[in-house]
Amino acid sequence: MYTETEIIKDNTDLGPDGELVVNMGPQHPATHGVLHLVVTLNGETIKKIEPHLGYIHRSIEKMCESLTYRQFIYVTSRMDYLSSHINNTACALLVEKGMQIEVPERAKVVRTILNELTRIASHELWIGAMAMDLGAFTPFFYAFREREMITDIMEDTCGARLTMNYIVPGGLMYDIHPDFQTKVKAFVKQFKEKVTEYEDLVTGNVIFQSRTKGVGVLTAEDAISYGCTGPVARASGVRCDIRKIDPYDAYDRVEFDEVIETAGDSFARYMVRVKEMNQSIRIIEQLIDQIPEGDFVGKTKNVLKLAKGEFYQRVETARGELGVYIVSEGATTPHRIKFRSPGFSNLSVLDHIAKGSKIGDLMATMGTLDLVIPDIDR
Amino acid sequence: MLSLESITKTIQDWLLTKFSPQIALTLECVIVILLAITLFAMLGLVLVLLERKVAARIQIRLGPNRVGPGGIFQTAADTLKLIMKEGLTPDSADKFLFNLAPFVVMMVAMLLLAPIAFAKNFQIWDINIGVLYISSVSSLSVIGILMAGWASNNKYSLLGAMRSGAQIVSYELSAGFAVLTIVVLTGSLQISEIVAAQENGWWLFKGHIPVIIAFVLYIIAVTAETNRAPFDLAEAESELTAGFHTEYSGMKFALFFLAEYINIFIVCAIGATLFLGGWMPLHIGHWESFNHIMDYIPSSIWFMGKTFFLIFVIMWFRWTFPRLRVDQLLNLEWKYLLPISLFNLLLVTVIAIMGWYF
Repeated sequence: MYTETEIIKDNTDLGPDGELVVNMGPQHPATHGVLHLVVTLNGETIKKIEPHLGYIHRSIEKMCESLTYRQFIYVTSRMDYLSSHINNTACALLVEKGMQIEVPERAKVVRTILNELTRIASHELWIGAMAMDLGAFTPFFYAFREREMITDIMEDTCGARLTMNYIVPGGLMYDIHPDFQTKVKAFVKQFKEKVTEYEDLVTGNVIFQSRTKGVGVLTAEDAISYGCTGPVARASGVRCDIRKIDPYDAYDRVEFDEVIETAGDSFARYMVRVKEMNQSIRIIEQLIDQIPEGDFVGKTKNVLKLAKGEFYQRVETARGELGVYIVSEGATTPHRIKFRSPGFSNLSVLDHIAKGSKIGDLMATMGTLDLVIPDIDR
Repeated sequence: MLSLESITKTIQDWLLTKFSPQIALTLECVIVILLAITLFAMLGLVLVLLERKVAARIQIRLGPNRVGPGGIFQTAADTLKLIMKEGLTPDSADKFLFNLAPFVVMMVAMLLLAPIAFAKNFQIWDINIGVLYISSVSSLSVIGILMAGWASNNKYSLLGAMRSGAQIVSYELSAGFAVLTIVVLTGSLQISEIVAAQENGWWLFKGHIPVIIAFVLYIIAVTAETNRAPFDLAEAESELTAGFHTEYSGMKFALFFLAEYINIFIVCAIGATLFLGGWMPLHIGHWESFNHIMDYIPSSIWFMGKTFFLIFVIMWFRWTFPRLRVDQLLNLEWKYLLPISLFNLLLVTVIAIMGWYF
């Protein structure tokens, strides 16, 4: 540990060869949370980035080990809080797989719709936050206009706007709100009309393009070797959409394209997410009129116990592949639980792709990696 | 008609009847200083509120609307808060320079106010090298910013100050060349003569395309010079937290903030004077009756209208564009704007010599 005087010294002196070591974070406007980057600069050029983690570590994995299979799902909403539905789905799917619980069709379809709404909400927030990193404040408000509609839908159906905790092993906690379908349709209609607005504001902007094109280039090989997933890997041309590779819930019966870009730069990552939102809308449109009648939750025992053994389930969150791994000893709580979070792997690539670029490029690169710090620390 | 000109004349005549000329001059100076300070405070309040309202309109929200009708007292409340706050000086900062810097920036902004013609014959100081004075004094503001960044002993501040130094020094060239085009056309550096030359039409309309190019260059360059988005690299919030004024708090921060808005006002006022005729009403050639009707609108309203239009344009930029990167910023100036403005100046010189303008 540093003593106080050493920290002050560390902050004011130049390093060897006139390097400037800047502590970006844990309190910094662009790190969106408590990420701490120790950036070594040579003038404006970045020589090294060292992420320091753990500022928001809540030992979720350890907590889950003392919670029952019904309870531990609620903690996972707090990991990647922007895709809490999808986190919950992953855990529910794993328990269902482990206990061979039959999930009603209605629950499957509603889960898929909610997951896609969550993905859109997450990408909307990301567009706003990333534009803000690049110095444009206005897109944030335009993106939030649509995101607000989604959170309203969530509020009606799940009773919460951010950490929904709506998905339980076997199906859903409650039935959907009577207005669910009309509201989702209204959202789809508005989204299709308005999506062009912030695309006009951001995509076509000359400054935005020059700030992101060719910045933070990640090759397909590097994306695979660093374990990048989600939009980050797909922007480098890696096929990794779990919804296609290993379909769950109702994804096997809907038509959608896996969005692939090959440039691997920040602009490609931006384009992947924008196109993904349109694909999500496509999925929702296919399912919203097809919600089957029937039970919203399958028959489960009062006390859930997983058989002795190891279980793994992966899903595609807004950020990439989320894996849940449980070792069960046959008790009511998991013996060991491990989450493979997409943000952690995506962060690890930051030093590799941002080295040698300018400070401004670091913001573009970090912004398009779409980091959610509680997901990285857990 | 009661105009600003007649008010100043009445006051001067009254002072001269009561006091000796020296004392009258001294009293006039005091009045001018008080008026300038009042104008500063008022401009700060109005422009900050205007910025927030413009931003809110662009960002589909309402903006400040709680304090007073339509939120008009919001900035006053904010100022009160800033005055009450403790002005912190970091331990490791160079205390003298740290505390001096905001005043340097402020003083430069104040000095720039002198040659601006607010209305017909209403000008603090009609110096015969007006434009040159403006160009030279405005380049002093970089000293205050560098001082603030260096004295803070903070790495973000230092980076911000260095960026700002590079930026202001570069963009001053384009701004200077854009201003020179009008000087070439008018044949004078004096603000009053530049305005008088636009009696039969503003330079923007009289000077063909080269002057329009110069006008666009001027707007881009002064946006950069005043550290406004998309050129706000010196304070780039998401990169350098707050750049050169990261360590400032309370009223010392407010002085930087105020100086930024005053500078915007001044560059827009100069832009309006040079390209849009300053206080000169809209006159079109020999349309005598039209010109006569336009003269009924007071000259101060013409001046303020034009200035605030330009201020609105600069605010519009800020809330629309993302920020440039530091190397792109310098490329834009040295590779594009500077060659264009050099060539443009040549073109304008030819036009001026041949008398091709209206």
